[in-house]
Amino acid sequence: MRLPCPLCGERDSGEFVYRGDATVVRPDPGAPGARGAFHEFVHLRDNPAGWHKEHWYHEGGCRSWIVVERNTLTHEVRGAVTAAAHTLARSAGGAKAEQEPEA
Amino acid sequence: MSARFPHRLVKGGLIDRSETLSFSFDGARYQGFRGDTLASALVANGVKLVGRSFKYHRPRGILTAGSEEPNALVEIGQGARRDPNTRATTVELYEGLVAKSQNRFPSLAFDLQAVNDLFSPFLGAGFYYKTFMWPAAFWEKVYEPVIRRAAGLGSLSGKADPDAYEKATAHCDLLVIGAGPAGLQAALVAARAGARVVLADEDFRAGGRLNCERMEVATLPAAEWAAKVVDELRETGNVRILSRTTVFGVYDGGTYGALEHVNDHHAVIPDHAPRQRLWRIVAKRAILASGGSERPIAFGGNDRPGVMLASAVRTYANRFAALAGQSTIVFTCNDNGWLTARDLIAAGAEVGAVLDTRGADEVAHLREMVGDAPVFTRARVTSTSGRKGLKAVTFLNANGKQVTLSADCLAVSGGWNPVVNLTCHRRGSPVWNDRIAGFVPGSDTPKGLLVAGAANGIFSTHGALVQGTELAGEALADLGFKAPSVGVPDAEDAPYAISPIWHVAEPKGKGGGRAWLDFQNDVTVKDVEIAHQEGFRSVEHMKRYTTLGMATDQGKTANVPALAVMAKLTGRSIAETGTTIFRPPYTPVAIAAFAGRNAGKGFAPYRLTPSHDWSKEQGAVFVEAGLWLRPQWYPRAGEHSWRDSADREVISTRRSVGVSDVSSLGKIDVQGDDAAEFLDRIYTNTMSTLAVGRVRYGLMLREDGHVMDDGTVARLGEKHFLVTTTTVNAGHVMAHLDYCHQVHWPELDVSMVSVTDQFAQFAIAGPNSRKVLEKLVDKGTKGDGRSGDLSNEAFPFMACGPVTVCGGVPARLYRISFSGELAYELSVGARYGDSMMRAIMEAGREFDIVPYGLEALNVMRIEKGHPVGSELNGQTSAADLGLARMVSAKKDCIGKAMANRTGMIDPERQVLVGFKPVAHDEELTAGAHFIGIGREAVTANDEGHMTSACYSPSLGYAIGLGLIRRGNERHGEKVRAVDLVRGRDVEVEICSPHFIDPQGERLRG
Repeated sequence: MRLPCPLCGERDSGEFVYRGDATVVRPDPGAPGARGAFHEFVHLRDNPAGWHKEHWYHEGGCRSWIVVERNTLTHEVRGAVTAAAHTLARSAGGAKAEQEPEA
Repeated sequence: MSARFPHRLVKGGLIDRSETLSFSFDGARYQGFRGDTLASALVANGVKLVGRSFKYHRPRGILTAGSEEPNALVEIGQGARRDPNTRATTVELYEGLVAKSQNRFPSLAFDLQAVNDLFSPFLGAGFYYKTFMWPAAFWEKVYEPVIRRAAGLGSLSGKADPDAYEKATAHCDLLVIGAGPAGLQAALVAARAGARVVLADEDFRAGGRLNCERMEVATLPAAEWAAKVVDELRETGNVRILSRTTVFGVYDGGTYGALEHVNDHHAVIPDHAPRQRLWRIVAKRAILASGGSERPIAFGGNDRPGVMLASAVRTYANRFAALAGQSTIVFTCNDNGWLTARDLIAAGAEVGAVLDTRGADEVAHLREMVGDAPVFTRARVTSTSGRKGLKAVTFLNANGKQVTLSADCLAVSGGWNPVVNLTCHRRGSPVWNDRIAGFVPGSDTPKGLLVAGAANGIFSTHGALVQGTELAGEALADLGFKAPSVGVPDAEDAPYAISPIWHVAEPKGKGGGRAWLDFQNDVTVKDVEIAHQEGFRSVEHMKRYTTLGMATDQGKTANVPALAVMAKLTGRSIAETGTTIFRPPYTPVAIAAFAGRNAGKGFAPYRLTPSHDWSKEQGAVFVEAGLWLRPQWYPRAGEHSWRDSADREVISTRRSVGVSDVSSLGKIDVQGDDAAEFLDRIYTNTMSTLAVGRVRYGLMLREDGHVMDDGTVARLGEKHFLVTTTTVNAGHVMAHLDYCHQVHWPELDVSMVSVTDQFAQFAIAGPNSRKVLEKLVDKGTKGDGRSGDLSNEAFPFMACGPVTVCGGVPARLYRISFSGELAYELSVGARYGDSMMRAIMEAGREFDIVPYGLEALNVMRIEKGHPVGSELNGQTSAADLGLARMVSAKKDCIGKAMANRTGMIDPERQVLVGFKPVAHDEELTAGAHFIGIGREAVTANDEGHMTSACYSPSLGYAIGLGLIRRGNERHGEKVRAVDLVRGRDVEVEICSPHFIDPQGERLRG
């Protein structure tokens, strides 16, 4: 499989380490219900058959954590953004956060 | 025909008669020529019997001339280089080749286990499941060993593979798979367009069927045209031609796996050259031109040596000038089989008869091809005879009359299958095509892969050339290349006419014996019928029950005929019956090729500490610690065991001074405006309050609340920290820090980098450590704040800062202690590591300094109760390790929320305490379980386990650390440490884990 690192370009998946679901967000520990939220954040994952956003670490390259949009049925990869850009876009506002990653 | 090679034609063929090659098969010496395969050389020497079958030990001969061969599996090479299950049809002949037949005892001609064949009624489909069921205990002890000895193919040498394998990656615009007419033409078009092309072909000579047929392309003999195209491709400079290379798999994103047999055709592989090379080819587009594969017809005795595919007989005659038989009968259901008769006659060989299953009208136009050879229409072969090789063929003629003709070769053509395997590797399904009576690629082929020529059901040479041209143009246009106009050369364009027959049903009373479908796994038509009778209706079930298609050839010649037989049984069409799934690899790939250079020590190369050479000079004994090779102890004359050395190293260090290379600890440099804030969020304790020039012990949790790692955090500047990790977690912690920063808090201004390899670091421990360092650290200030004053006041416990050593070498000094003694860690650039170690030893000589290894280091940390990997085992919390006070209540950090879960703060949890034997002469062992006195040593009574244990030379008895339920409340209580593995049961007393200097006076001194 080939992954499009936003910094290095398209690279073989062997350069990357897979982590998993990139749609979960670390909860605010001070917010009410934080305990339940952390339980979900740490333990509960959806397992979609189809398009999914995943964290990959370009450990054999630029050390970027990236958010890859991959189809779990076909292994088709639609695009990737750095996790940092993804997080910053999400915190900048709800609408922006839902934008599709760019290749 | 020459007398020396009775089966070799005196002229013709693509062999070099000027280069004779001698080889051996089962000990007998033979000769062949350059350009032969092992199979063609055996054919040319009249060798018919080449192996015994898997289950029934039936005599078997060569069936094909290519990689689909099910029968002719041999062992190639000797000693450690012995390679079993190699297809003789793909082995390029070389001088001195040694080949042996397989699965026979005591010899190929006389095989004792051929008796299995007599018991075949009991060994049919599913026999494993039926015959060997009772009693259950017999399976492992009796049945399995017997079956394993009787069945099977070649055997491994049992020795380490002496050859090198390597991996390579190639990128290209267009990958062309197969160098037959379609592939060559496609490569030519792409090459002329200036595209980057990789052309891979499994043969050692490009051309595919062009090398095997008597025909012309562009008015040249076909093989000559192929050679001319290859020459042009070579000259363009943008085509990489990979011959002897099988593309075995299609993977995601246009990635193709290929195996290149770089040196398999040499008796002795040149030094430093690989035997095989595993290619990962990344192609923007690919053209699959894998050609077709002829299929056999099932009839009684169709596995007898001498029964061969018609195309193979033709290949041996045309390409290798080798005659498979002195008298050949052709049995065909399509026009293509007639070419074999035509070519044999042209070569001057005898054709006994042409048997066609079709009617006279359908074959009328073909008769002129075979001159006056007898032709039988509506003929069906029912049986063959001959003990170890074919002697006669019996068939039913158009009138249903049984006729027997003598022959030593029967050339069979059941029609052609497109080789669609690669189109299915991404779960595509081939579709049935009635015109050719075969499966062609479906619409769901892998993205970017186009299929040309016979692989796509186009069986004429002209058709293949046209499609190769067109599809190359299509791929080039997609990629933005301007396709040049390349003419399609003239070539034969014969229509393909077939009236498929899969199985000659045995006429009643004229039974000709078993009809074989899968030659390699010994599966007959009857086995498929039994599977059907017993309710196995799906092809996948039939496959697994009969094992059809599950041998090393993956049923290349067997699958389609078996599907047809099954379709007939179920009353469905072949299209409805469907196929089983093709998966990579197309042909077997040795595990060694997948490993490449990552074998042996190359799998996990050692990392060496900067003072490794010095330690080696001292005669140190080394141990693997993660990837690192670290000194375990430094033996001295008169010491008899590791304990002698380790005890001395501990005592000398605690009494005076010792030094140890601790460079393998992970080191991460963290800088930025928000570096302190970032570390606060990572570590349980607060780092932002740390003063510049101070060090703090730090603990980090996983997000689930368990301890991840520990280490030290040194504040080198307001915005500059250096954190250390345990040796084994160095990479993991780096990834974790990157994750937390980039995913959770990218808004923080912080940057970090691993500097583990950049610094050599030495622990200098013991009451005299300051004195040693005072000799090394440069005195006096240079206005940069480096006073070089190491007094307790100027440089107290947990101080850190820059110094220079040995007259100006920049260094960092940390006053931290793992041993519990007054101690420092001195770090210099890695290139100074070796000389630094020598300088420390020289400076410490007057104090009898000793180097200490991992054993002594471990003893001293157990004496101090410091947890390491066996305590930080992924299941312990900070509180479990007695480190609850390190979790700051004032701030959040990774893992803090989950560390407060009910189960994590359960007072019944096992916590870390110390243990000492009640009888001081007893030994303790790590892994022992704690059981109450007087209770049975069973899981229900298990209270915890010993995580670390050693003999403490400082105390004079064994001590241990362990996790035990409610341990903190139980100091003074006695339990048993039961080690059932080592047969020990020792009464121990629970105590504080801090055995030495619990108040820490020494390290502050």
